[in-house]
Amino acid sequence: MGIKAITADNLVKYYGKARGIDGLNLEVETGDFFGFIGPNGAGKSTTIRTLLGLISPTSGKAQVLGMDIGKNNRAILQRVGYLPSDTAFYNGMKVREILKLSADLRKKDCSKAADELCERLQLDRDRKVEDLSFGNRKKVGIVCALQHDPELLVLDEPTGGLDPLMQHEFFSILQERNQNGATVFLSSHILSEIQRHCSRAAVIREGKIIACDSVDKLSESSARRVTLRGNVRREDLPKCRDWKELGDAVSFLYSGDINTLIRTLSAADIQDMTIAEPDLEEIVLHFYEKGGEQA
Amino acid sequence: MTLIRHELKRGWKALLIWTLAIGSFIVICLLMYPEMKGQMDNISSIFSSMGAFSSAFGLDTLDFGSLKGFYGIECGNILGIGGALFAALLGIGALANEEKNGTAEFLLTHPKSRTEIITAKLASVLIQIVILNLVVWLLAVASTAAIGEAVPWKEFTLLHLAYFLLQIELGCVCFGISAFLWKGGMGIGLGLAIALYFMNIIANLTESADFLNYITPFGYCDGSAIMNKGVLDSCRLLIGLAFTLAGVALAYWKYTKKDIR
Repeated sequence: MGIKAITADNLVKYYGKARGIDGLNLEVETGDFFGFIGPNGAGKSTTIRTLLGLISPTSGKAQVLGMDIGKNNRAILQRVGYLPSDTAFYNGMKVREILKLSADLRKKDCSKAADELCERLQLDRDRKVEDLSFGNRKKVGIVCALQHDPELLVLDEPTGGLDPLMQHEFFSILQERNQNGATVFLSSHILSEIQRHCSRAAVIREGKIIACDSVDKLSESSARRVTLRGNVRREDLPKCRDWKELGDAVSFLYSGDINTLIRTLSAADIQDMTIAEPDLEEIVLHFYEKGGEQA
Repeated sequence: MTLIRHELKRGWKALLIWTLAIGSFIVICLLMYPEMKGQMDNISSIFSSMGAFSSAFGLDTLDFGSLKGFYGIECGNILGIGGALFAALLGIGALANEEKNGTAEFLLTHPKSRTEIITAKLASVLIQIVILNLVVWLLAVASTAAIGEAVPWKEFTLLHLAYFLLQIELGCVCFGISAFLWKGGMGIGLGLAIALYFMNIIANLTESADFLNYITPFGYCDGSAIMNKGVLDSCRLLIGLAFTLAGVALAYWKYTKKDIR
């Protein structure tokens, strides 16, 4: 497979002096279910808006579906479905009219797909968009992003406002699309969402990608979460961090040599102990704390 | 075409209200004319001898007692101000309102180039101005015929044409400004229209400020010149055309590379 869904090469965007993204490198393969993780203000939306041509980069290059973002914006948009984090529509229009407008702007008849999606998301097409709740407006955005069966789905914090049942339905639609060959690019600050659904993920911090790997690999970093009850002192374990004392128990992340850990612990009096893989959240938080030195 | 249809659908209510408001005022004034005509002889001489005030509104050179004179002044005030405000609002909102209402992100992530979007928006602004002026012109001609006066076709049409061009100019200039805004610009649009109107009044008041008439589009909508001589000032028109084209060019130049918020 030669063509990548998304490539960004040293992409930079400054708003005046304010940083949006600063030397971002990214590769997303076609067919990936890709997670894009980062806290608010890290540059997630800036990256997406640059890729879709809403804003132009200060420097650097990027391609979407093999096409240059500067030169082929129109052709890219024809094949991409985009769900913005903040969905706004034209007041006074009904849901049905918005969906029709979106399809007409793509010169496609999507009425069948729209019917199906509205049915699954339980969206009433005869309501006016300004009367809809935030979650229901989000559903309109979802249908607009999906109804033309795009090759690449770009979703910017898609689950805000959706109740758990709807989130479940939404993700199963995404999984189906992904199985049918569509690439999904999902930006989120909710790590469990990424961990549950994505196969690969990139972590963005202060405008740069600080880690990019399969979600399994990201989760299985050498660090282990150790929880124990006993008389262990922090000073004996130089390679631990995130030290938490919970009553008579302690919990910490250990990233040093396991043998050293076992030797140290064997000298102590331990009543109970678990060693587990940390979850993605702990790893990502670790990336943020350490400024991404592992990238 | 989808975009133009969408724009017109969104704008038709405002267009209807403005057209009815301006049209009905003109009809009412024309229907009042026969009754006023008899009393005009005295009023005309009073109006024309109020010095600076008379010249500000062109009352010194227009005969209020004749239909042409009456219409030149009355039309100037209704269609002039009303049309200018309408065109300014239309132009200033065209591009800026998309960002103000957060719909720019929706529109611009569909496969349409910025150039296509600008062209469609500009076209719909122009179409709406054409519709308003066509309807108002028809209403004016019909009500003149209804009161049993001979329709001064050439003068009427020229005067309406001048105001039509004024609206096109103002609409296009505001359209150009609109490309730079992201919070909507109603105040800027209305302010500009009113400022240009007063510029014309000041220019008429004092000889030394006459150059202002070459800047404001109201300068080529001089009712007395059009009604008495039956011509438009081609120099002022050309300057107006330059402003119009500059506004359009500005919109394309800015909006094709604008960062959307």
